[in-house]
Amino acid sequence: MSTIDLTASSPPPRIAARAMDYARRHPTVVAGAAVLFVMALIAIFAPLIANDPMKLTPINRLKPPGEQYWFGTDFLGREVFARTIYGARVSLIVGGAVALVSVAIGLVIGLVAGYVRWIDAIVMRIMDGIMAIPGVLLAIALIAVAGASLMNVIIAITIPEIPRVVRLVRSVVLSIREQPYVEAAVSVGSPLPKILFKHILPNTIAPLIVQATFVCASAVVIEAILSFLGAGTPPEIPSWGNIMAEGRTYFQVAPWILFFPGLLLAITVLAVNILGDGLRDSLDPRIARRM
Amino acid sequence: MYGYIIRRLLATIPVMVVVGLVVFLLLHLTPGDPAAVIAGDYASPEDVERIREKLGLDRPIHVQFFTWAGAVLQGDLGTSIFSNLPVTHLIGQRLEPTIALSVSTMIFAILLAVPMGIIAAWKAGALTDRAIMAFAVLGFSVPVFVIGYVLMYVFALKLGWFPVQGYKPISEGFWPFLSSIALPTVALGLVYTALIARITRASVLEVLTEDYIRTAKSKGLNNAGLLLRHALRNAAVPIVTIIGIGLTLLIGGVVVTESVFNIPGLGRLTIDAVLRRDYPVIQGVILVFSGVYVFVNLLIDLTYTVLDPRIRY
Repeated sequence: MSTIDLTASSPPPRIAARAMDYARRHPTVVAGAAVLFVMALIAIFAPLIANDPMKLTPINRLKPPGEQYWFGTDFLGREVFARTIYGARVSLIVGGAVALVSVAIGLVIGLVAGYVRWIDAIVMRIMDGIMAIPGVLLAIALIAVAGASLMNVIIAITIPEIPRVVRLVRSVVLSIREQPYVEAAVSVGSPLPKILFKHILPNTIAPLIVQATFVCASAVVIEAILSFLGAGTPPEIPSWGNIMAEGRTYFQVAPWILFFPGLLLAITVLAVNILGDGLRDSLDPRIARRM
Repeated sequence: MYGYIIRRLLATIPVMVVVGLVVFLLLHLTPGDPAAVIAGDYASPEDVERIREKLGLDRPIHVQFFTWAGAVLQGDLGTSIFSNLPVTHLIGQRLEPTIALSVSTMIFAILLAVPMGIIAAWKAGALTDRAIMAFAVLGFSVPVFVIGYVLMYVFALKLGWFPVQGYKPISEGFWPFLSSIALPTVALGLVYTALIARITRASVLEVLTEDYIRTAKSKGLNNAGLLLRHALRNAAVPIVTIIGIGLTLLIGGVVVTESVFNIPGLGRLTIDAVLRRDYPVIQGVILVFSGVYVFVNLLIDLTYTVLDPRIRY
């Protein structure tokens, strides 16, 4: 009787205990994920947290932070708090979208390039070429040509990120393709797509999750840089880079317009980076060498 | 050895060809007529036609590419649409501040990062190590323009130690020059410092587990000699490699830093060109920056044999 009781009641605490144990050994993963979770809640529920970020109150221009305006107001009397809260949306959408798209595209290119020799030579020369162009400059140029829109910002940031994913996937494929079980699959006549997606792909997932977090952090920074330079998200959308760009002229009289979006930007990127560092250590210590 | 140098030199050709293709195709990737894109939203059909003829956009695309590439190889990057001056001339005018800022940032970052990485590796696991690594993650996470404004607020506006913005050329005296690039250098250098410090720590840490380190310790070599003569020398290759790879970060950062601190360099030229849709200038600047990146990484690859005599090709 007692043994049945034990098996019935033990799984939930065991999972909880394992989660606690994981959290104790990898506190940075939990801390990073928690900050990002809060940031996502802020972005989703922005209309409930903040007032209208576009509302002009010209009589209250450039008010310093205080009880009425937590983060102060800008040169048109708009609430910096509301604009900063809404700004989280742009950063998280861009960060998430760029990470997903560049990993997906890089994965396919990397799998094929790593396995098919003649494609490898061509593809890697192209990747080397793209990597030689500073990412921020390439993104700025792409937006200058294509025009400012959220979609174009995502595309322009994704393109310079793809080669890094390709190189990572390719390096995994090159080491896995020589494994006996892959040779066995080839010898029994498995078709190429099956070998690539069933036998090789699973080995790339752990390093790719880690790489995706670093791509995400880099995308959030680049989006802010592009908007700040006036070549990113359209100026009417409150993104952290745009708010800071508008605050530049008033920096000496109203530094809070720059300070608060800058602070949230830094906290977000820091959270993604420590999440990535922690994941890298916890998923597989060996992949740390490859990054 | 000579075979290796020649092979490495030849390997830069396909990279630069791809860079050239990407830069050239930038204009043609857009949906629609490049001449209309350049002319802008308020141009008349005659303006569009004039630009099309001036840039040769009415010819077949491969002819355009080879004409353009041929001119680039002879050092002709085209003419600015906005100012009608040669792009090479515009770049030449803006070169000094950008080179000054990049070089001072590299010196600052290497002088700070390498000792930090060595100390962190030596004290691995201790509080010093954790503090240095925490700084590295922080330096990697806070975007350069955020650091830039914080530094400007504290050290220029509040304390008044440095000028708020602007650039003084070195010909106006060394100290005014240095004080004008001090804050931009620190702001731009932190990301680079963080990157180099992490790699230095990792590679020194790996070397410290080697047998010859134990031998050196057992014969009573002091810590400084151990770390500098044995560990750092053997960890040099990955450190130098990351300095080269990190150059793209540095170049991207230069563009932003110049904008924050109002420094009239290549970065400002790029941003102004983007806002004016001055495509020949954008293409020229990207080509120059990418060329510098490829060249510096070529030099670094060639120094491997000097840094580590075990490497033979």
